[in-house]
Amino acid sequence: MARALINVPAKAKPGEVIAIKTLMSHIMETGFRHSSTGDAIPRDIITSFVCSYDGAEVFRADLYPAISANPYLTFFTTATKSGPMTFEWRGDNGFVAKETAEIVVE
Amino acid sequence: MKRSDEFPQASRRTVLRSGSALAACMVLAVRPAKATPDEMKAAIHKVIGEATIQTGKVHLDVPPLVENGNTVAISVSVESPMNAASRVKTIHLFNEKNPQPNVASFHLGPRAGRAEVATRIRLADTQTVIAIAELSDGSFWQDSAEVIVTLAACVENM
Repeated sequence: MARALINVPAKAKPGEVIAIKTLMSHIMETGFRHSSTGDAIPRDIITSFVCSYDGAEVFRADLYPAISANPYLTFFTTATKSGPMTFEWRGDNGFVAKETAEIVVE
Repeated sequence: MKRSDEFPQASRRTVLRSGSALAACMVLAVRPAKATPDEMKAAIHKVIGEATIQTGKVHLDVPPLVENGNTVAISVSVESPMNAASRVKTIHLFNEKNPQPNVASFHLGPRAGRAEVATRIRLADTQTVIAIAELSDGSFWQDSAEVIVTLAACVENM
């Protein structure tokens, strides 16, 4: 199972701009490499990442093979209310990983 | 011996001409898996259409010299008030010489608060990286950076 690391501040004030850091373990095989026997290694990458929070999509990324293995993303959002933040990675070969993180806004 | 009968067309000129055509075909056939600056321009054109790109507002932060092209820390920040009236909608990253010109596109929601993203990318060669920001008023701004790579990524064999 895919392993994800997510860093969201545990507490924030309403209206505060918070940084969110995510890292998903994935090989991100580019599809441009060849094995020792000369066969092309098929592409296996994460193609999209979505972060939703407080009923809206706050950040979305389209990823290409030029993203390093174990895609790491840092982005910002405004703290609005307490609740879960959901993260979803989708990729080749039906790869789907979902994670949630709780934030307290007061 | 009647050589001219055996090769009626083969004058020196035609032999040279066909030879150079063959060479051109071979160059096309063994073209390495690399995007060219032209392909990057085409990829950028696909995103921005006929709009013009202005330089400024965008700040692309990437080390000028990287040892390992497999993980290059890169961050992009854009000067913007990030309110309902004026905000950054999308940040695109492009490169010149990887097998594919696209690196990533980041879509910022209305509540992003700050127009800044960071990630790690692969670079297959010493090349220019370009960040383009699309603002809510429809304008495009860019910044570019030259990166020298000592160990290339993407296309190496296992």
